[in-house]
Amino acid sequence: MSQNLNAKIDQGLSIQNISKQFGDVKALDDVSLNVAQGEFFTLLGPSGCGKTTLLRIIAGLELADAGRIFSGGKEITRLPAIKRQVNTVFQSYALFPHLTIFENVAFGLRSRKFPEDEIRKRVHRRLEMLDLGAMARRHPHQLSGGQKQRVALARALVNEPDVLLLDEPMSALDARLRAQVQEDLRRLQRKLGHTFILVTHDQAEALVCSDRIAVMRQGQVRQCGTPEAVYDNPRDSFVAKFLGAANLIPATRVDGGVDTAFGFLALEKVPPWTTGTVAIRPEWIGIGETQPAVNGIRARVSEIVYRGTSFDLWLEPGPLRVRTSSYRRIDPGRDVWLELAPRELVILEDEAC
Amino acid sequence: MLLTWYGELTTRGRLLKRGIMLLLPGILWLLLFLVIPGLVLVAVSLVTRGAYGELEWIFTLENYRRLAGFSSFGWIPDYLMILWRSVVVAFVTTLVSVLLSYPLCFFIAGRRERSRYMWLTLVIIPFWTNMVIRTYAWFLILSPEMPVARLAAVLGIVPQGAPLYPSAFAVYLGMVSMFLPFVTLPLYASVERLDWTLVEAAQDLYASRVRVFTQAILPQTLPGLSVGIILTFIPAMGMFVVPDLLGGAKYMLVGNLIQQQFGTSRDWPFGAAISMGLMVLTLIGLQIYRRRGREIEYV
Repeated sequence: MSQNLNAKIDQGLSIQNISKQFGDVKALDDVSLNVAQGEFFTLLGPSGCGKTTLLRIIAGLELADAGRIFSGGKEITRLPAIKRQVNTVFQSYALFPHLTIFENVAFGLRSRKFPEDEIRKRVHRRLEMLDLGAMARRHPHQLSGGQKQRVALARALVNEPDVLLLDEPMSALDARLRAQVQEDLRRLQRKLGHTFILVTHDQAEALVCSDRIAVMRQGQVRQCGTPEAVYDNPRDSFVAKFLGAANLIPATRVDGGVDTAFGFLALEKVPPWTTGTVAIRPEWIGIGETQPAVNGIRARVSEIVYRGTSFDLWLEPGPLRVRTSSYRRIDPGRDVWLELAPRELVILEDEAC
Repeated sequence: MLLTWYGELTTRGRLLKRGIMLLLPGILWLLLFLVIPGLVLVAVSLVTRGAYGELEWIFTLENYRRLAGFSSFGWIPDYLMILWRSVVVAFVTTLVSVLLSYPLCFFIAGRRERSRYMWLTLVIIPFWTNMVIRTYAWFLILSPEMPVARLAAVLGIVPQGAPLYPSAFAVYLGMVSMFLPFVTLPLYASVERLDWTLVEAAQDLYASRVRVFTQAILPQTLPGLSVGIILTFIPAMGMFVVPDLLGGAKYMLVGNLIQQQFGTSRDWPFGAAISMGLMVLTLIGLQIYRRRGREIEYV
């Protein structure tokens, strides 16, 4: 790790061995993470995996049972929310309905008793930046979902937080707007250089926005890394299936590779288990008329799903899913050769799936 | 012309006819028990009292002049003082009830679902007893033998062996205990539905406790609070049982005064005039409240 990155991690957020229990449910089980200063970090996982709980602990809205949190080298574990330089964009936006957009955005500055002209200046700058200048005097109920989301963002950012927390901020937006907001959010974060921590269950969102992703499951971080690293090298079948689509193939270790339902498959590395799982992304499988040199599988197309930019082919034996570009239409019933190239096959940690 | 009305095929005329039919009982009720008696009251307040308390149908403004304090002895605003005192008592009763209801509602809303209903029932139970009996119960509690009066005596607030009634304190105690549920129940309905993320958002945005209350809690509970205030303030203005029993002869409120005119004094025209005065005051109070309420809502 470079000196520069080390320094940024020191100035960033450090979560150490955090645990939290609600009744019988372990919401967080000894979670440790480091988020560098200026990083766009995403907590990705299904509902109930503990990602929102972790976010609330960082915000100071929930107290951890065990573990410590540091921000910029200073411990904030037991600091109340109002004393943390951390602001949140809530899933429901939580705008104050009786206040105008201007007053909503000014809320944090007024709480901290900023002088009036300073408040005016800062709020208007944020509103302009987020394209809300014309909305200043309206009330939240007069705004669209996308506008409300930007107000929530402005209201948090105006306080210049060390860390901005975003709790599924796009879940209430329609798909088209969401895709645009994801890119906008990423650009905004690059421009401001603030640390963003995003909680989401939407893998596409995580891939688009993040510098790094932590995939969570049942209160634990299963894998943490850049979007490419996690996508290309999922650690286990859960990560492989949650982030993108994957063909999971049960396998038994043999010399030079594994034995599977499709016969022998050569691998580049030796699996750490005797029986386990290998995975391959649908778009990594080659498809052709002739038999490839290694790891060729003769298969018949049983179903075809059109997805606009691609076709998903379901094949027998299998089921195997193969993704091809949309100009390569292969009709059901056709026999083809599949190539599961050794360098595309990922050896998962799971003992067996 | 045909049109659809919540899935039903009908015409304007038929809808109108049905609407009138549905409104009729309510209109009749209001006419019989509000509009006509109200007009009678106005009429009675403008006539003369006969020598034996009978109504003499001679138009006069004398009753209102008397209410305003003008008599043959000059200007003595005793009646206005009573009216003013009633406003103060109603205001303080409402205020104290609100101040007590907020913590109570949050306490109840914080219980488990089952015990919430038990606590709410405890709030309502006193209402299963007659108002007069409940007020008499305070005699017992405030009597010299009971701990409250003894404590007061020890602290030197009242002389040894004296009861705590009749007094202004006893009146307020009785009034607040009478009206507390009228604030608590509607307020509780608002508190139970409170969106706590707004409270969290306020805390996330560095709000002090006061600011969390005024900006995140108060606006959300305003609907319940409004109902509670109206349900308390209006009847508290006209209350006569509690001040009569716990306040003694010196602590007269407008309710007692009106009751007296229609009862022992047999001066219906004057009683009617005072009633009109009370009604006007209540309406003014409500109007001020509505203006203020609107300001709070839209700042």
